[in-house]
Amino acid sequence: MTRTNLGRRGFLFGAAGLGAGAVLVGCTSNEPEGQNNQQPVAGGQGANSEPGKQVTIGFSAPAADHGWMAAVTINAKAMAEQFSDVTLNATEGTNDVNQQIAQVESLINGGVDVLAILPFDGKALTQVARQAMDDGIPVVNVDRVFDTPLAYRCWIGGDNYRMGVNAGNYIAEELKRQNKNNPVIGEVAGIDSLPLTQERSQGFKDALQRHGFRVGPRVAAEFTPESGERQTANLLQGAQKLDALWNHDDDQGIGVVAAIENSGRSDFFVVGGAGSRNMMELIKADSGPVKATVLYSPSMASSAIAMARLLGQNKGLEDLAEHEIPAELTTYSAVVTKENVDNYMDVGFDS
Amino acid sequence: MTKALDRSPVHSGESAGGRRRGFALDVRMLGLAGVLVLLCLIGFITNPDTFLTEANISTMLRLAAAIGVVSVGMTFVIIAGGIDLSVGSIVALSSVWMTTLATQSYGPFVMVLCAVLVGLGCGLVNGFLVAYGRVVPFIMTLAMMASARGLAERLSGRQTQVVTETGFTEFFRASVLGVPVLVIMLALAYVIGWVVLNRTTFGRRTYAIGGNAEAARLSGINVKLHTALVYGISGLCCGVAAMMVVARTTSGASTNGLFYELDAIAAVVIGGTLLSGGRGSIIGTLIGVLIFTVLNSIFTQNNLDTDIQNIAKGAIIVGAVLLQHTARRRKGKPRAPSSNPETEPSRSQ
Repeated sequence: MTRTNLGRRGFLFGAAGLGAGAVLVGCTSNEPEGQNNQQPVAGGQGANSEPGKQVTIGFSAPAADHGWMAAVTINAKAMAEQFSDVTLNATEGTNDVNQQIAQVESLINGGVDVLAILPFDGKALTQVARQAMDDGIPVVNVDRVFDTPLAYRCWIGGDNYRMGVNAGNYIAEELKRQNKNNPVIGEVAGIDSLPLTQERSQGFKDALQRHGFRVGPRVAAEFTPESGERQTANLLQGAQKLDALWNHDDDQGIGVVAAIENSGRSDFFVVGGAGSRNMMELIKADSGPVKATVLYSPSMASSAIAMARLLGQNKGLEDLAEHEIPAELTTYSAVVTKENVDNYMDVGFDS
Repeated sequence: MTKALDRSPVHSGESAGGRRRGFALDVRMLGLAGVLVLLCLIGFITNPDTFLTEANISTMLRLAAAIGVVSVGMTFVIIAGGIDLSVGSIVALSSVWMTTLATQSYGPFVMVLCAVLVGLGCGLVNGFLVAYGRVVPFIMTLAMMASARGLAERLSGRQTQVVTETGFTEFFRASVLGVPVLVIMLALAYVIGWVVLNRTTFGRRTYAIGGNAEAARLSGINVKLHTALVYGISGLCCGVAAMMVVARTTSGASTNGLFYELDAIAAVVIGGTLLSGGRGSIIGTLIGVLIFTVLNSIFTQNNLDTDIQNIAKGAIIVGAVLLQHTARRRKGKPRAPSSNPETEPSRSQ
């Protein structure tokens, strides 16, 4: 009797397990139904877009472990596809510096004409980039800068300090427009030990100071939605009065917005950072606390590919008097608001 | 052998544990609760207007919910003599799996079911390989820690998956009689955990296995199956915690649950549970979780840097453990003046 019971129990559990497994497997898909999920990409501009000499571009970037970095690789590939004269040789993204060095070496050996590299660690990849330059392969350095200008032909990257400045200016002007005297301005920073966070915070502080304001309650999250939610929930409890909040990063911004919704507060407005499509849609809808975001756009990867192509074809930027591509290009940390959000939707990335 | 058995929790766990159940809080627990009260006092003195308000207490409890539930499972595993390093990754995997577009299209019920099943499944894989495959728990859960997060990254494409199913978030954001749903779930998890650990044979066997697995086996306990189930409980708790994280952040991401294993182990250890197993208390774990949550809130409300907070966190872990040692010694048990914790009888409260 016991035996048959056990058998029956085992059978039932087995069937339940199988059923559960079937349900779970059915739940793994992330394909939206009947919807084109193409990452939008800023189009190339100017007559330079006419096909020229064939160029093979080698591309190497860190692992796509968050929305911004994923967008870098997606943007680079999408940009390359727009040019009929570009062949993109993209390596699998990695956060292992040794592996990235090996990847760049193999790209060099593979005979690419130009390299576009976003190094996981600029210092660690300086040597191999310099090697490429010495071998006559121009290197476009994206965002994280190499140790020496000898390691790149052209650097393109974002401006963290100006992100803070522009966020601060926008908030200060908005508060003055609302006639708020002595406002409380909060800040949700990213990881505090990173130079980029320090630069953003410094810019924010400097800009507010210029307007006679200062940073009030400040917390540091870790660029993840969860940490953004946790830190913001605490910040909101500590700050019973709050007029504006700057959040450094739109990836963690999902959590920041969730925390504000959880608290049910609506006495202040939020400015984001980086420029995810998610935040841009919230800005456009104008129904929640998010009123603006300051760009640090992964579209710089698209521009890097465009410049790598021009380097390979020995062309300059047409609108400039210079005959060559500039050695350094800093993207502008524009403020996206409800008024101009439609112009920036094409560079918004999926966080 | 007689001596070993005499000391073993199988023997004394029933009698001593039964006798001691009258004391709701022993000395160590009072010390720990004292630390919590002290922290609350500091919070109140530095921020009298905002700290001990209903809103802040509710916020702190809701923040404690996810890590609190994970710590319940961790308490079981550690009392049973194991360790689970994979909790954070299982939270991440469950949160991602339950928020894929496919899962969301089936509605909130399937999302909840999915989180629970994924958590339980991962936990059982851990458990069966530890128990029947004889993989050391540290290694097995380390492997799960790596691969569960890897699978989470693969499923999500390393993107944040926003929950569009509003019924789900609204349910978890709601309150029943002024108490947030998340806090009710947290309380339920601890009540169930306490009852299972202290009022059922399953709980008594968990202590017995952690105290002396061989003695437990000889006394007729199916140690292997029991061990597997204990890891299953931990996984299940992770699934529930994932639900809470998703509800709070309105998103599932492979970055969820980072360092939960460390936070949970810290909470369990300062709660007085022995890392070597065989003794521990679920109430202590709850106090441990609350201590860290209150600490976080105090630092944020006083606008202090996070680095100082981490220093304080480390100091509290060491301080709490030292406090427990002193308290144990002061109790002056003639039987164990040198206080070798492994040989003391198991004790629940």
